[in-house]
Amino acid sequence: MAMLEVNNLEVAFDTPDGTLQAVRGLSYQLEAGQTLGIVGESGAGKSQGVFALMGLLPDNARVSGEVIFEGEPLLNLPEKRMNQIRAARIGMIFQDPMTSLNPFMKVSDQLIEVLVQHKGISRKQALQESLQMLEAVRIPEARNRIHCYPHEFSGGMRQRVMIAMSLLCRPRLLIADEPTTALDVTVQAQVMDLLQELQQEFNTAIILITHDLGVVAGSCDQTLVMYGGQMMEFAATRDLFRDPSHPYTKGLMGAIPRIDEQMDELVTIPGNPPNLMNLPPGCPFCDRCPVAEPRCYHELDPPERFGAERIRVCNLPREAIR
Amino acid sequence: MSEQQRLLTVENLRVTFDIMPRNAWPWTRPQPLKAVNNVSFTLNEGETLGIVGESGCGKSTLARAIMGMVPSQAGKVVWLGEDLRGLNLKQLRKRRQRLQMVFQDPLASLSPRMTVGDIIAEPLRTHYPDIKGAELREKVDAIMDRVGLHPHQKNRYPHEFSGGQCQRVGIARALILEPKLIICDEPVSALDVSVQAQVINLLKNLQRDMGLSLIFIAHDLSVVKHISDRVMVLYLGNVAENAPRAELFANPRHPYTQALMAAVPIPDPERERAKPPAELEGDLPSPMNPPSGCVFRTRCPLATEYCGREIPVLEDKTGAGHWVACHYVERDEELN
Repeated sequence: MAMLEVNNLEVAFDTPDGTLQAVRGLSYQLEAGQTLGIVGESGAGKSQGVFALMGLLPDNARVSGEVIFEGEPLLNLPEKRMNQIRAARIGMIFQDPMTSLNPFMKVSDQLIEVLVQHKGISRKQALQESLQMLEAVRIPEARNRIHCYPHEFSGGMRQRVMIAMSLLCRPRLLIADEPTTALDVTVQAQVMDLLQELQQEFNTAIILITHDLGVVAGSCDQTLVMYGGQMMEFAATRDLFRDPSHPYTKGLMGAIPRIDEQMDELVTIPGNPPNLMNLPPGCPFCDRCPVAEPRCYHELDPPERFGAERIRVCNLPREAIR
Repeated sequence: MSEQQRLLTVENLRVTFDIMPRNAWPWTRPQPLKAVNNVSFTLNEGETLGIVGESGCGKSTLARAIMGMVPSQAGKVVWLGEDLRGLNLKQLRKRRQRLQMVFQDPLASLSPRMTVGDIIAEPLRTHYPDIKGAELREKVDAIMDRVGLHPHQKNRYPHEFSGGQCQRVGIARALILEPKLIICDEPVSALDVSVQAQVINLLKNLQRDMGLSLIFIAHDLSVVKHISDRVMVLYLGNVAENAPRAELFANPRHPYTQALMAAVPIPDPERERAKPPAELEGDLPSPMNPPSGCVFRTRCPLATEYCGREIPVLEDKTGAGHWVACHYVERDEELN
């Protein structure tokens, strides 16, 4: 059985202007030790989809569907039980390390708090373990820096502190929400290398949310492409890049300027991302799709399974996409 | 094209900010932070110069110093044969008609209280108060059409537009005075990939059709590669390398440029995974307290004790305009 199973997850927000459907019918599975990449543009529902698993959505959110983590359903779990799972069994890293660390607390206190809370060990022991973890994420002079405040670290170092904190209890699953988006490329490369190394050491499964297909190419076993709150395509990363089977994936790949190739004109996807307040009844991508047919505007076929565990959600046959 | 005209020459430009150290007494002297240090380059008409570097390397400060938006302490900014640094604000405003800027955050750089039509018309109203009524409207419509906006949207406010459309408004506002040079400060960093490609293609087409020059600032080497004729790499306020685009990407010589290129993730699983692990260790040093000698030496794989003593000079290593500032990059043999 898969470690994490998400079935037909729906997330909607009640707003003064009406209902905003952020995630629609999202299903996927993740095996232990594997990395799943979730890619898409802003508003695709990537973050809301994983916030729902962690129970981190605001009060005006309505969640339905089924999330099973190691045999235990996660949705609608009492807060107390959820708190035992968060950090201890599912760790999370956020995009902006400065806003997710407490600016008033020393890094040492923040790390110790996690361990004392979840493992019930003494502060002295917790400090020792925190120090080892900071050394594992290669923070130089960890022994001195552990007593600093978050603002005394650079962006890359702060993200390392976040990673260290999320791994303290050796979670089975790590959710990384755009972990390198706020970092420079050279630092991004360091952080991604570090994540992969730690994953192997601790055998953690990772859900990596990103908008950068380059990051996905480097580190994910499987990739899920989202658009307008829905899954468009799911495949092993190598298959996805070799042979994208959805017009959106194809468009996305043509739109990235590449450092390894000379291209004259970027292929653009015309138009803008959809408004989630009033999505078309059919395919969310229909307005921007180069091969859309009239029926795409009012209906969308159920997911089509093919090849090596690949899934695509598109009305057109695969041959029409090439 | 005939003999290309030299549009802009920047010579040894230096910008420093006075920063009060932490826990300072009221009588403590502020410390200088060198944001831009001895930067020199030239730009010809119709050319695009890409400027790349990590955050804090002085890219934006350099752009603002060229525009005269932040004071510079030394050097020259020669625009069409005239040094902009000696001019007063009134004279500078006049020059800025031909020297426009597009900013990073598309929404923050547009006034939320003005309609898009007014925003685009404002530069014309300021510089050419004689243009009024139908003539003004016609000009605004034409420029909106040119950047891919519908003229009937001009009575809307910026918040009604998406990020990509706001960036088009910013470009329209810069274009309406028919400038010779547009300085684009990270114009696509805040945009989604699919929209980013639209804006890059738009800038490229405008440049081709209108003979514009661009200074294109980005932290993303692949974007810069796509749009530039020349590329300048900055590190901690200093020029590390400056070379024609094809030459720089085929044969990067400065160890920093090499590391920067190696760090860019390639959207191809086979190639990306075949890459060696990250080369650069550590973070950018604090610009308050830069390393002695070569500023890159603390992260450089080639650094020796000599690099800590001598500041490397930016010199043309090939004789064909490939400028590198490094002690350990040899000049081509025929030059010696």
